[in-house]
Amino acid sequence: MSLLAAELPGFPGSTPLAGLAGGVLIGLAAALMLLGAGRIAGVSGIAARAFGLAESSFPRAGAAAFVIGLPLGALIVAGLAGGTAPAFAAPVPLAIAGLIVGVGTRLGSGCTSGHGVCGMSRLSQRSLVATATFMLTGFGTVAAMNALGIKVLP
Amino acid sequence: MIRDMLLPLVSGTIFGAGLMLGGMTDPARVRGFLDLFGAWDPTLAFVMGGAVLVMALAWLVQSRMQRPLFAQGFSLPDRSDLTPRLIGGSALFGIGWGIAGLCPGPGFAAFAIAPASAAIFVAAMLAGMVLVRLMEGQG
Repeated sequence: MSLLAAELPGFPGSTPLAGLAGGVLIGLAAALMLLGAGRIAGVSGIAARAFGLAESSFPRAGAAAFVIGLPLGALIVAGLAGGTAPAFAAPVPLAIAGLIVGVGTRLGSGCTSGHGVCGMSRLSQRSLVATATFMLTGFGTVAAMNALGIKVLP
Repeated sequence: MIRDMLLPLVSGTIFGAGLMLGGMTDPARVRGFLDLFGAWDPTLAFVMGGAVLVMALAWLVQSRMQRPLFAQGFSLPDRSDLTPRLIGGSALFGIGWGIAGLCPGPGFAAFAIAPASAAIFVAAMLAGMVLVRLMEGQG
C-alpha cells in the first residue's frame, strides 16, 4: 500500500501509482464490457438505461447490474484500504452540479467513461471533441470559482 | 437473465474499484486535477492514461473478433458528426463536474462511502436526464 501512496516529485498529495492502478482497473472493466458483451462502458448512458430514461438494446437488468456494481467495487477497495471518507460538497451545490451533469451528459451523449475512456481510446472524433470540451469547461469552472472565492469543499 | 446480469455486474464492480482506487470518488482530488492554474494534482491524468491504454489494446483485440464472447454481436456507436448538441452538452457536463468534483461513475460509487451525498448528486443527475427527455418530447 505504501507504493500506492507514493507522490510524484513536485506535486505534493498526488498519488500517480494509485491513479495508474485505478485506471488499469477501469480499462479492464471497460474491456470486459466491450469484448464480453460487445458494448461501451459509458456510465451516463448505462445509468439512463437502468432508470428507464433511454432506449437501447441493452437489457435494463444488465444496465442495473452494472450500476449496482459501481458502489460494490468501491466498497471492496474502501474495506481493503481503510482510511476516512473524503469530503463532499454541501447539498445545494451537489444538487446543482448533479442536475447540470445529468443534462450535459444526455445532450453530449456521454461522460468521462464513454467519451473519455472508451471513445478516446478508439480515436472517435466525437469523443475527442467531447472530452476536450468538458475538460476545458471543467478547468474554467474551477478557475472561475477560485477567482470568485466560491468554496464548495471544506 | 442471470447471464445478462453477471457480466455487467462484474464489469461495474471492477469499474467501481478502479474509480475508488484512482481517487475519482474524492471530490477534492478531482477538483485538484481541474485546478490547472492553482495547486494542480496530476493524479487523474494517470487514471485516464491507464484506462485509455488498456482500452486501446481492447479495441485492437475487438477489431479481430467476429462477435463478442458472450453476446450475438457488437452494439457500438458509429457516429462521427460534430454537432452543437454534442459540444454544448459536453461543455455543460464539464461545468457540473467542476462544481462538485463528481462525474456519473463516481457519483454512483460514492454510495459506498458517503450515501447521503451520493443520493443527492445521483437524484439531481437523474432529474437532469428526465429534463432532457421532456424537452426532446416537446421539441
